[in-house]
Amino acid sequence: MKIGVLALQGAFAEHAKTLSELGAEIVEIRRKTQFTDALDGLVLPGGESTVQGKLLREEGLFAPVKQAIGAGMPVFGTCAGMILLAKRIEESETVHLGTMDIAVRRNAYGRQLASFRTRLLVEGVGEYPAVFIRAPYATELLSSAARPLAVHEGKIVAVRQANMLAAAFHPELTSDPRIHAYFLDML
Amino acid sequence: MNERFELNKNLAQMLKGGVIMDVTTPEQAKIAEEAGACAVMALERIPADIRAAGGVSRMSDPKMIKGIQQAVSIPVMAKCRIGHIAEAQILQAIDIDYIDESEVLSPADDVYHIDKTKFAVPFVCGARDLGEALRRISEGASMIRTKGEPGTGDVVQAVRHMRRMMSEIAKVAAMREDELYEEAKALCVPYDLIRSVHDNGKLPVVNFAAGGIATPADAALMMQLGAEGVFVGSGIFKSGDPAKRARAIVQAVTNYDDPKLLAELSEGLGEAMVGINEQEIKLLMAERGK
Repeated sequence: MKIGVLALQGAFAEHAKTLSELGAEIVEIRRKTQFTDALDGLVLPGGESTVQGKLLREEGLFAPVKQAIGAGMPVFGTCAGMILLAKRIEESETVHLGTMDIAVRRNAYGRQLASFRTRLLVEGVGEYPAVFIRAPYATELLSSAARPLAVHEGKIVAVRQANMLAAAFHPELTSDPRIHAYFLDML
Repeated sequence: MNERFELNKNLAQMLKGGVIMDVTTPEQAKIAEEAGACAVMALERIPADIRAAGGVSRMSDPKMIKGIQQAVSIPVMAKCRIGHIAEAQILQAIDIDYIDESEVLSPADDVYHIDKTKFAVPFVCGARDLGEALRRISEGASMIRTKGEPGTGDVVQAVRHMRRMMSEIAKVAAMREDELYEEAKALCVPYDLIRSVHDNGKLPVVNFAAGGIATPADAALMMQLGAEGVFVGSGIFKSGDPAKRARAIVQAVTNYDDPKLLAELSEGLGEAMVGINEQEIKLLMAERGK
């Protein structure tokens, strides 16, 4: 199992650690040449989506990543990664990869003082300790292909659509590897 | 530690591999965000101008900070004076994302730093060595940066502070367990924090470089020395082409180990900030707050 972790900015090292503890081989992706056919899956980590979206384009990774996801490469986006995958971002003209049939709201809960930790029921995983940092949530599922996996106070915070998995929270910040294991099962 | 401290450390983790830029107006904040800043530091005067103006330097006008909060979607930080509890309370009241208890401003207390555990909002603090870093963390700082020497455009102090911190961390990591208590005494820090550095080979919070970073090469240097991201203060908006330089520094932090790309990024950036050499500095801000 060879998993690419997008390492342009953000908490990529945390994803790499959890995945390698689960037995995956990790490739940090910073430039086009590192994104090869040899990868079995891709992780889009938390961080700032504006920075990551910009660097994706500047490093020439945008087209190959979008194409690979479209062709069925399993992908797991957390927080900023979820925003990169979304087809629509509320109150913004910007779309990044736009491969997933979800609309999201950035900083949906507010600034850092509104960041929180909670226990969440995640379909296929069970009760899970979820960390939300200036988090987004999905405001809408844009097709029936996108299925909610977790809902917090009426807001959709985890979604599965075919080869794509997105979470508004950060499984890479907890010591519980079950959501990463769920992703590896998608391979 | 409590849940709030963990959440605040977590936000710093999201900033890793990024560049935090000093901005003084909403327009500059937008330029910084578009250039790829992972956060902005809102302040009335950048350190180079604080240095030039002299006098007492204080927390910025909350109205000015709010203007910047409205202009961008990335986290907004602001500085309070060392030990100025009330300035920190004001910044928390306007929902700031991170407070920098900063030696760039005139210290308000020459003995005590703020007890940051009494706040919900996260704090970043400067440090020149491992002892300072761990003292700030024990006071509740959830992120550390080197002090460097702000507003000089001279990277030598940031390099000195980062090298010192990294070599002290390596030394603690290599110690026998029965030597740790003595080391905690020597550094005037709690045993548990020394223990954590020993067990993990790193600080328990994210560690950025700051102070004097002016070029993409400076940023790459600090990353190679072990920084997890960089603050750029005067280096951007004191230069000839801020937007271009800002973009180049952002890319340099991501690709700090790719000299070929760094060469391209360093081309045609226009004039860098003039800067002041170490020997010419009249006021050493890094000496404030130990």
